[in-house]
Amino acid sequence: MSKNLLSRTNIIWTVLVLVLFALMTLLMQMGIINSYYQSVIFNICINIILAVSLNLIVGICGQFSLGHAGFMAIGAYSAGIITKMIPNYWGMLLGILVGFVISTVAALIVSIPTLRLKGDYLAIATLGFSEIIRICIQNMKITNGAAGLTGIPQLTTWPIFFFCMILAIMICTSFVKSAPGRACIAINDDEIAAEAMGINTTRFKVIAFVVGAILASLAGAIMANYFYVLTPGQFTFNRSIDILVMVVFGGMGSMSASVIAAILIGLLNMYLQQFTDLRMIIYGAALVLMMIFRPQGILGTWEFSLEKLLEKWKARASNKGSRRRYYG
Amino acid sequence: MAELLKVSSLSKNFGGLAAVSGINMSINEGELIGLIGPNGAGKTTLFNLLTGVYTPSEGLIELETTQGKKQIGGLAPYKITELGLARTFQNIRLFKSMSVLDNVKTAMQKNVGYGVPSALLRTAKFYNAERWVEEKAEEYLKDVGLYKKRFEAADNLPYGEQRRLEIARALATEPKILFLDEPAAGMNPQETAELTDLIDHLRKKYNLTVILIEHDMSLVMNVCERIYVLNYGKLIASGSPEEIQNNEFVISAYLGEEI
Repeated sequence: MSKNLLSRTNIIWTVLVLVLFALMTLLMQMGIINSYYQSVIFNICINIILAVSLNLIVGICGQFSLGHAGFMAIGAYSAGIITKMIPNYWGMLLGILVGFVISTVAALIVSIPTLRLKGDYLAIATLGFSEIIRICIQNMKITNGAAGLTGIPQLTTWPIFFFCMILAIMICTSFVKSAPGRACIAINDDEIAAEAMGINTTRFKVIAFVVGAILASLAGAIMANYFYVLTPGQFTFNRSIDILVMVVFGGMGSMSASVIAAILIGLLNMYLQQFTDLRMIIYGAALVLMMIFRPQGILGTWEFSLEKLLEKWKARASNKGSRRRYYG
Repeated sequence: MAELLKVSSLSKNFGGLAAVSGINMSINEGELIGLIGPNGAGKTTLFNLLTGVYTPSEGLIELETTQGKKQIGGLAPYKITELGLARTFQNIRLFKSMSVLDNVKTAMQKNVGYGVPSALLRTAKFYNAERWVEEKAEEYLKDVGLYKKRFEAADNLPYGEQRRLEIARALATEPKILFLDEPAAGMNPQETAELTDLIDHLRKKYNLTVILIEHDMSLVMNVCERIYVLNYGKLIASGSPEEIQNNEFVISAYLGEEI
C-alpha cells in the first residue's frame, strides 16, 4: 500500500492516465477515431462507471443489488430536466448534484430496512425499487411520460466522460483500500465474524450501497447529456442485468476486472449491434457457461497492482544484474 | 480485584429447549476463567449470549465500564465489542479472502479514526491513521508469532496458525475481556503447550481477563484460576481446578453416575 499521496505508484498512475487521455484525444482530433467509434468509447466509459460502482456493492460488500438502472435513471432524468431549463455547464453540475441527493435519499430508503436483514432481500427490494422508479418516470408530467425527454443539450464531451470514469474508478479503488473497504470485504467474507470484530455491518453495507448508487446516478447524468433523448425504456430490468453481467463476467470483487469486462462487452455489443435480440441470448449462454466453468469470473478477485508489478520488475532486474556479476 | 462482568439468572430458550438457564457468574478483573462441560452443555450458547450473537431470553449481563455498570445483554455484537469484549470462534471464522495482516487491521475498526470522506479524498489523516494501524497490527502479529506470514492469505495458514490469527484479530479490538472458544481444538500436545504460554503472555502484556471454553483438560487445569462447569445448560459447579477435579457433580457429569 502506498504510504502517501505522492508515492511512486500514484505518480506513475497519474502519468499513465494523462498519456491515455492525450492519446485518445489526439486520435479523435485527427479523425482516426470517427464519431461512431467515439460513441462506442463513450458508452464504454458509462459502462465502466456502472460496473465498478455495482462491483462495490455486489463484489466487495457481497450485497446482491438488481436496481442499478433505477439509480442511473434518477441521475439521468435529474440532469436531463435541469439542463433543459438551464442549458449550460452550471445546469449540468446542478443536475448531477440533484441526482446525487435524490439517489442518496432513495438508496437510504431502500437499503436501511433491507440491509439490516441477512440474505437476498436486497435483490428483491432493489429489483422492485428500480421498477417503481421506471413506472414513476413513465407516468410523471415533468419527465414527459413514456414518450421521454427530447432535446437535452449535448453538454457531455470526451474530457467529461474520461474525467468521470477516472473519478469513479478512483473512488471505488480508494474505498476498497481503506478501513471502510476492509469492513465491507469482511462482511462479504463472514458477516458474523465481522460483527464480532466491532464492525457495524448494517452501517457499512448502507455506505457501500449509497456510494454505488451515487456513482450510478453520475453515469446516468453524463449519459443524459450526451444522447439527446431519454426514455423510461432505457432503464428496464435488462439494463441492471447488463451491468451485473459485466461485474460477474469480470470477477466479483476486482475493480480491474470490472473495467476490463466493461471494455470487452462494450466492444462485443458494437459487433452484435445488428442482432439485438440475439445479444441477450449470447449473454445468457455466456453466463451459464461462466457459472459452470469459471464461477469466479474471468479474473476472479485478482486485482491489477502497479506496485506489485514494479516490484516484480525490480526483482527480475536485480536478479539479472546479480547473475551477470556472478558470471562476469 | 474489582468485579468486571456479572451475569445474573441468564437464560436462553430455543423453542421449548432451554439451552442455558439460570446462569449466575461473577468475573473479576484479570482472572483467567475456564468454562467446561460435556458436549451440548451450552458453553458456546453462553458465549454467544455474552458476545451478543444471541439475545438472552431472561437475565442480565452487566459489564463494568468507565461510565459505571452497563447492561449489555441483547446489544448488537459490534457494540459489545466496542465496549471491550472480544472473542474467537470454535469453528474458525477468519476473513478468508484477506491477507493475515488485513485480518488484524479489519478488527481495528473502532480505533481507525477516519471516515469515508477521508478515505476517498486520501487526506493526510488517512495516511497517518493507516500507518498507525499497520504498525499496531504488525505488533499484534508479532505477539502471536505470525509476523513473518503477514502477507499470506489467511486461508492458506495451517490450522494452528489460523487459531492464533483469530486470537491476534480479537486482540486488535483492544478488549478488556477475551473469550476463547476452544482455542486448542485440533492441536497436538506441543501446540497446546505453546498456546498455554501464549495465553499467559498476552494476559500479562495486555492486562486481559480471559474466559476460555476448552475440552483439553491439561490446558484448563494448567492455566485457569477458576473454573465454571456447565451441564444441560445449568451451572453445576465452580471453583479452583482442585475443587473441580474432586467435585462429585462434575465427575458424574463427565463419567456418569454409579448404578
